[in-house]
Amino acid sequence: MNWIKTKNNTKVNLNEIPTLKIDELREEIISLNKRPIGFFGKDWGYGTTRLFVVLADDENGDLYVSSALFEQNEKEYESLTQVLPVFHIFEREFYEQFGIKPLNHPWLKPLRKNQKDYQFFEMEGEEVHQVAVGPIHAGVIEPGHFRFMCNGETVYHLEIMLGYQNRGVEELMVKHPTNQLAESICGDSVIAHNLAYSKVMETLKETKITKRAQLIRTLALEMERAAIHIGDLGAIAGDIAYLMGASVFGATRTLVINTMLEFSGSRFGRGLVTVGGVNFDIDNEKIERAIKTLTKVEKDVERMVKTMLKNTSVMSRLEKTGVVSQEKAREIGLVGMAARACGIILDSRFDFADECFKNLALPRKIFKGKGDVNARFQLRYQETMESLSIAKRILEMLKNGYREEVLTKNENLLCADSMAISITEGWRGEVVHIALTDGNSNLTRYKIKDPSFNNWYGLALAVRNNGVSDFPLCNKSFNLSYSGNDL
Amino acid sequence: MFDTLKSRIYQGNQFIKDIQNAPMRSQFRGLPKLCNSDCNNCSACLNVCPTGALKLNPLSIDMGKCTFCGACKNVCKTGAIDFSNFYKLSATSRDKLVITENMTEEEFSKVAIEVKKEIKKVFGRSLKLRQVSAAGCNGCEMELNACSNVNFDMGRFGIDFVASPRHADGLVITGPISKNMAYALEDCYKSTPDPKVVILCGACAISGGVFQDSSELNREFLKKYPIDLYIAGCPVHPLTFINGVLGLIGR
Repeated sequence: MNWIKTKNNTKVNLNEIPTLKIDELREEIISLNKRPIGFFGKDWGYGTTRLFVVLADDENGDLYVSSALFEQNEKEYESLTQVLPVFHIFEREFYEQFGIKPLNHPWLKPLRKNQKDYQFFEMEGEEVHQVAVGPIHAGVIEPGHFRFMCNGETVYHLEIMLGYQNRGVEELMVKHPTNQLAESICGDSVIAHNLAYSKVMETLKETKITKRAQLIRTLALEMERAAIHIGDLGAIAGDIAYLMGASVFGATRTLVINTMLEFSGSRFGRGLVTVGGVNFDIDNEKIERAIKTLTKVEKDVERMVKTMLKNTSVMSRLEKTGVVSQEKAREIGLVGMAARACGIILDSRFDFADECFKNLALPRKIFKGKGDVNARFQLRYQETMESLSIAKRILEMLKNGYREEVLTKNENLLCADSMAISITEGWRGEVVHIALTDGNSNLTRYKIKDPSFNNWYGLALAVRNNGVSDFPLCNKSFNLSYSGNDL
Repeated sequence: MFDTLKSRIYQGNQFIKDIQNAPMRSQFRGLPKLCNSDCNNCSACLNVCPTGALKLNPLSIDMGKCTFCGACKNVCKTGAIDFSNFYKLSATSRDKLVITENMTEEEFSKVAIEVKKEIKKVFGRSLKLRQVSAAGCNGCEMELNACSNVNFDMGRFGIDFVASPRHADGLVITGPISKNMAYALEDCYKSTPDPKVVILCGACAISGGVFQDSSELNREFLKKYPIDLYIAGCPVHPLTFINGVLGLIGR
């Protein structure tokens, strides 16, 4: 066998992972043709590098893991991107981190380093001009550089340059892994990243957490999804100058995050999730209050969305703006809600469901979107309502039963010579954390993949042939993370 | 049109009227409450603190490093560490952020902010700020955006975020300042006309926070230029930010 088959949150013995030659592995990847969720190197001693590949079979909920060893003098290989474009960003990252060059890669530009030396694409012509924005933007947001090639008002091409946020999170995770660091990978997906981290650690420590703790975690994840989606509905409204929407959604979001504050002491749920469960239990008084609040939120969101979408000037801005076709989305490997808005069926909550989510037995709603801003707006609305209803259901369950401890203490060392993969569906999409340990139970490599890593290129495609003034709208409809990409 | 008007009436007014005395939920982890005599030096808290904000003998918490995660409180068996819901966590000098047993709410409020006459005179009635996220995780950024929403409505005090440093009276820095953002931050500072203030917002900006050991940071900026206000939090709560800035301009 050239692959080892495993599941989400399952420990794999490093010695059982096949080690192939890179040409062999390349053939294998091409013939298996599954979605990559991990493609990263690890220094394997004596100047050699081991490349690990994790592919996801979303239909069956399986993960395929394999690896290749590069000898000290092997510094190049034939790139996968030529055949499977979805690998483009993974190969760029691998090249930047380990200096092993994918030959014939169509666009081997830096990912997180050397922004200053990079030569952007140039276009020439009578009415052609460039618009350069960033790294510091006009709003209160994270830094990144955008370079638009425009013909008059129309964007021909957008080049995105990121990496300004690079804080070396992966190295820090190996040196000093903490929940607090995981929470700060991307401050708008606190729960998602912290859950992925906690689950990796629990898998490596062989900890089983209680049902109540699992329910509280799922509740927090869904509340995070609802809160951010509501905020983004408001931001989209703001970007088309529908200020009523911006104000109302902003105020409605406050209700959700203040409920989170009651649960965890932080508006974004910091300090709630920890390795072994959760730090805070939720008593019935808080549950009652939360159910009332979330019911009001459901009502308010529905009311505002319906009012907003009745407005023709709103619809004219949302419809057919920033389109990504389903075909393109598959080709470049969009994930999460950006992919679902194009009509792709992909949601790791269902594809790689954990025990708690399986037991909720939720129906899977398929979203038929056209991949434009409108689709992403409508999807956000649908997911907000779903998340609020899941949250309320979990609150009812917590009220009436599952009287257990919420924290399981476990002082075990991490399992030696192991790999653990954890996939969590944050509001943006799949958050993947992969950890490797050595023979002495120490972490030796920690790989993080935020959904933004896949999706930034989707934004670049979305703005093509749109007015440059529609860029903020397209951008907000994706709302991708800079820090999650830059790590 | 009528639906929009109906929505407006249904929503009513939601702004917090008295922002300086706004109530805060009891669960919020704000100013640390320490009790030295209860501490038995077991150092369990030191082991769980992600940023090294704690010191023993005497017990102290550096709010410039603290992420307010509450891990120390959770492991403390003697109850020597607690967090009150007091949210005015800003200081005009770095050392004031170190909280010891004696530093109660009243005491902290008295000593934390020293109003400078010239700042009050120039910026007391209007302060336009340029925010620079220097590798901030988007936590502080989202909270700073929330400062301008209908609940907190910071604009009513004449405090706003503006789009260009050329329009600004000062900078608000979030994030631990990555190498890749260092030059842009300095550019932005130089583009801001004098006189100007610099505000550090959140544990990352003040001390590097959970990223303080990273090799990808470049915090030279902070050695070169004077800092006027330190606002603690991870992320900074909108009430903390607004009250901190109001304090700075002597309001």
